[in-house]
Amino acid sequence: MAHTQKHTSHTKLIWKVFGILSVITVVEVFLGIDKPDFLYLTKFLGTNLLNLLFIVLTLVKAYYIAWFFMHMADEKKNLRRAVVWTAVFLIAYLAALLLIEGNYIHDVLGPLTKWNY
Amino acid sequence: MEVTTATETNHSTWNGGKNKPLGASYGKMMMWFFILSDALTFSGFLGAYGLTRFKFIQSWPIADEVFTHVPFLHGVNAPMYYVAFMTFVLIFSSVTMVLAVDAGHQMKKNKVTFYMLLTIVGGLIFLSSQAWEWKTFIGGEYGALQLKDGKIIQFVDKTGHQIALKDFAIHSNSERVQQTSAKGLWFVKENKLPPYTVQEVLNGFKANPDITIRTEQLNLETKQKTIVPRGKAMAFLNEAKAVVKGANLRVNEYGKTAFADFFFFITGFHGFHVFSGVVINIIIFFNVILGTYQRRGHYEMVEKVGLYWHFVDLVWVFVFTFFYLI
Repeated sequence: MAHTQKHTSHTKLIWKVFGILSVITVVEVFLGIDKPDFLYLTKFLGTNLLNLLFIVLTLVKAYYIAWFFMHMADEKKNLRRAVVWTAVFLIAYLAALLLIEGNYIHDVLGPLTKWNY
Repeated sequence: MEVTTATETNHSTWNGGKNKPLGASYGKMMMWFFILSDALTFSGFLGAYGLTRFKFIQSWPIADEVFTHVPFLHGVNAPMYYVAFMTFVLIFSSVTMVLAVDAGHQMKKNKVTFYMLLTIVGGLIFLSSQAWEWKTFIGGEYGALQLKDGKIIQFVDKTGHQIALKDFAIHSNSERVQQTSAKGLWFVKENKLPPYTVQEVLNGFKANPDITIRTEQLNLETKQKTIVPRGKAMAFLNEAKAVVKGANLRVNEYGKTAFADFFFFITGFHGFHVFSGVVINIIIFFNVILGTYQRRGHYEMVEKVGLYWHFVDLVWVFVFTFFYLI
C-alpha cells in the first residue's frame, strides 16, 4: 500500500500550487480581454502568438494539477509514464491530423463560399 | 532506477509477484486509466472543434462577443469575467479536495468531512453557474437574420457595435400565432415563433438610416467581422429567410450552427462529468461521516474520487482555453 510514506502534511505546497494556478488564470483572462495587438495580430505556426501563449499556459496549469493535485509526482515512474506518455502521444497525433484536415477543408471550401449578394 | 525483473519463481509470481510494477492499488490504477481514456474522449471532442474551427476560420464567431454576460449586471459588456469566475470556483474546489485527501492521509476525520463539504459546495456553484450561462446563451441578446443559404446577418449601429432587433424593428401587430394541434392544426408542426417577422425587421431597417449590417466573414488582418455599407445591405437582406433569437441545435444568432452545437456538446459533456463528480463526492462524504474509512484504516477512497474531481478541473482548464480564450 501507498501508506508507507510519511504522513506529513502538504498543506503549504497545496496553497502554493493554488497561487500559481490563480496567477496563470488571471494572466490568461487579462490577455484574453485585452488581446494586445503585438501578440494577437501575428501569424505563427498556423495561428497567432497569443493563442500559442494560451496553449503553453494551459499546459503549465495541466502539469501543476496532474503533478501536485493528482499526486502524479508521488507515483511510480512506470505508472506515470503509462498514463502521461500515452495521453501525450495519442492526443498530439489526433490533434495534428484533425487540424491539418480542417485546414485542408478550408483551403478547398473557403474560395467557394459566397460573401457578396 | 527500479528494475522489474521477476526474481521469484514460486507460485506468487503467477499472482503478480511482489514487484508491483505500477506501485498502486487496483482501484487507483484503474481510476488513472479511466481518466486516461476519458481524456482521450475529450480530446476527440476538442479536436473535432478544432477541425471545424479551422474549416470555418474565415467566419467563426468571436467568443469575446458571445460570452459577455455577468449575473445582476444587465447590459454591462464584461467578456470572460463570468467564465473566469467559474474557472476559479473549480480550481478552488480542487484545492479543498486535495486538502481533504491530505487530511485523509493523517486520518483526521473531521477535517476530511469539512473539506469534502466545501468541495461539494464548489461543484454545486459551478453547476449553477453553468446553468445560468446556458440560459443566457440559449436566450440570446441581440437577435439576427438568417439568409436562405444559412448565413447569419447581424445589425450594427454607426460605431460598429451590435444592436438588438428590439431596438429598431417595427411591430406590425400581426395576429399570426404559433400553429399547434390545440388550434386544430394537428397536421403541421411549428416551432415557437421568433419575436419579430422578417418583414418587421426589414421595415425597421429601412426606417433607421443609421444602422447597417455585418456578415460572419472575418477580416483575417484585423480579426473583426466585416461590416457591409448600408448601400449594399439590402442585397443581403432580400435573401433573408428567418429571424433568429438565441441559440438551439439548428440555428443560432451568433453565427455558425456548429459553434452552438459544440458549445452545448462540450460544455454539456463536461457539466455532466461535474454532476457525476458531485454525486460521487456526496456518497463518499456520507461514508466519511459514517466513519467507513476510519474503520478501514485508510482514506484511499477519498483519494480516488479526488483523482476524478481533479480530472474534471483539468478538462475545464482546456475547455476554458479552447472555447473562450482562443
